[in-house]
Amino acid sequence: MQRYSGFGLLKHSLSFHENWQRVWSNPTPKKKYDVIIIGGGGHGLATAYYLAKEHGITNVAVLEKGHLGGGNICRNTTIVRSNYLWDESAALYEHSMKLWEGLSQDLNYNQMFSQRGVYHTCHTLQDLRSNERLVNANRLQGIDNEMVYADQLQKEIPALDCSKDARYPVLGASVQRRGGNARHDAVAWGYARAADSLGVDLIQNCEVIGMEINDGKITGVKTKDYGVIKADRVGCVVAGNSGVLAKMAGFELPVESHPLQALVSEPIKPFLDTVVMSNHVHGYMSQSDKGDLVIGAGIDGWVGYGQRGSYGIIEHTIQAIVELFPLTSRVRMNRQWGGIVDTCPDASPIISETPVKNLFFNCGWGTGGFKGTPGSGNLFAYTLAHGKPHPIAEPFSYYRFHTGALIDEHGAAGVAH
Amino acid sequence: MLHIYCPHCRELREEEEFHAKGQAHIARPLDPDACTDKEWGEYLFFRKNPRGLHHEIWYHTAGCRKFFNLTRDTQTYEIKEIYKIGEQPEVTADKG
Ligand SMILES: [Zn+2]
Repeated sequence: MQRYSGFGLLKHSLSFHENWQRVWSNPTPKKKYDVIIIGGGGHGLATAYYLAKEHGITNVAVLEKGHLGGGNICRNTTIVRSNYLWDESAALYEHSMKLWEGLSQDLNYNQMFSQRGVYHTCHTLQDLRSNERLVNANRLQGIDNEMVYADQLQKEIPALDCSKDARYPVLGASVQRRGGNARHDAVAWGYARAADSLGVDLIQNCEVIGMEINDGKITGVKTKDYGVIKADRVGCVVAGNSGVLAKMAGFELPVESHPLQALVSEPIKPFLDTVVMSNHVHGYMSQSDKGDLVIGAGIDGWVGYGQRGSYGIIEHTIQAIVELFPLTSRVRMNRQWGGIVDTCPDASPIISETPVKNLFFNCGWGTGGFKGTPGSGNLFAYTLAHGKPHPIAEPFSYYRFHTGALIDEHGAAGVAH
Repeated sequence: MLHIYCPHCRELREEEEFHAKGQAHIARPLDPDACTDKEWGEYLFFRKNPRGLHHEIWYHTAGCRKFFNLTRDTQTYEIKEIYKIGEQPEVTADKG
């Protein structure tokens, strides 16, 4: 793998940038692998990378139905934070945050990780109390989070309407200053390039249509174009399609797939250098380096696989944004799209063994999977390498929905995190 | 935006008036105390989540405030049929 550097950029400019190495190869699959990862999105590619890098397992294939990084990793609003309420989730997301902080160097690929801060605005006394509780919980967990109140908040974010005559006046906010955002495509491409260079086979246009299971143990997967590919262990990381794959393996998941929409405005001059989310008026926004406003809110309430949702949701989202930032009232929207998110009843993911031996699932990240990408891949790689979950992943077992040990993060997950 | 026919109001209304309440025909165990943790957990949390035909409960929240069922394709979002609570669907996956 050619290393990317400023010097390299200069050198390639002399040959008009026509001799750059391909970012990854396009191998045909072997008959058998140590580990097969189904799903070539952010989490799947990260899993492959850490399997090779941290566990020395390089006889690995990532099978992707479409193209690499073509699902939720290219459809999300790129917010990164780790201020969750319960110790289990805080450990999980903070593990991810620490990986984010060194990721560009680790992958030799600019993640454009920008720790510009993430604010959760509070509009009622109850909002304030629950955010203060969250801040205190995070401090006990050793995670940065702090409260700012209306006067200070107005100074930090001049465009946010903190006046008393707003319909839902902003009383304050919690802010995680280490939070921020990153460049979504660079995450997928960076992990793909790094995994490929360590010997992982990235197989695109390879749809899995069945599982080969004997005596309750998985021995391979059936693909549309390459027949059966054998594997000792199989990890399934397919977000919205997890239910479909679980059905192939003969069990159900406590997961429902919903459309989640986002939209982007025309580019305007920079006025917002941070991320603002409001659970109460229900919307969130950041401004990209290009100047477009990146906006999102909640899911469509019904099950849907169509990567599109209803207009009513967009209308409510925009109402919330205009309520928070009145100056955006005449900004036009350029693009709008939807993804399929796999939501769990407790708004926490599943990183787990399953009823089928040697088959592992990593799913249920719901509306907040992007921030979890490095941590999720790192912990799932451990799970696949050892055949049992990493201690941080243990509470996120599929079986918590039988034992009742749920990790209820509906509060901290908020408006689509 | 889905357009949904309420079988009680007998009118086609916009989705905004309704609330989706998830998978229909989930039978509550007759004797919850006799359930294993697994059975009770599956009743509470595990759902079919199909890519294709899905039988659902909907609530006419901003209308007559009554419940009803519908069968909907989760891929195309097309509503195949509307039927009342207590009735069984006509359009099912095994009937094509
Ligand atoms: Zn009605």
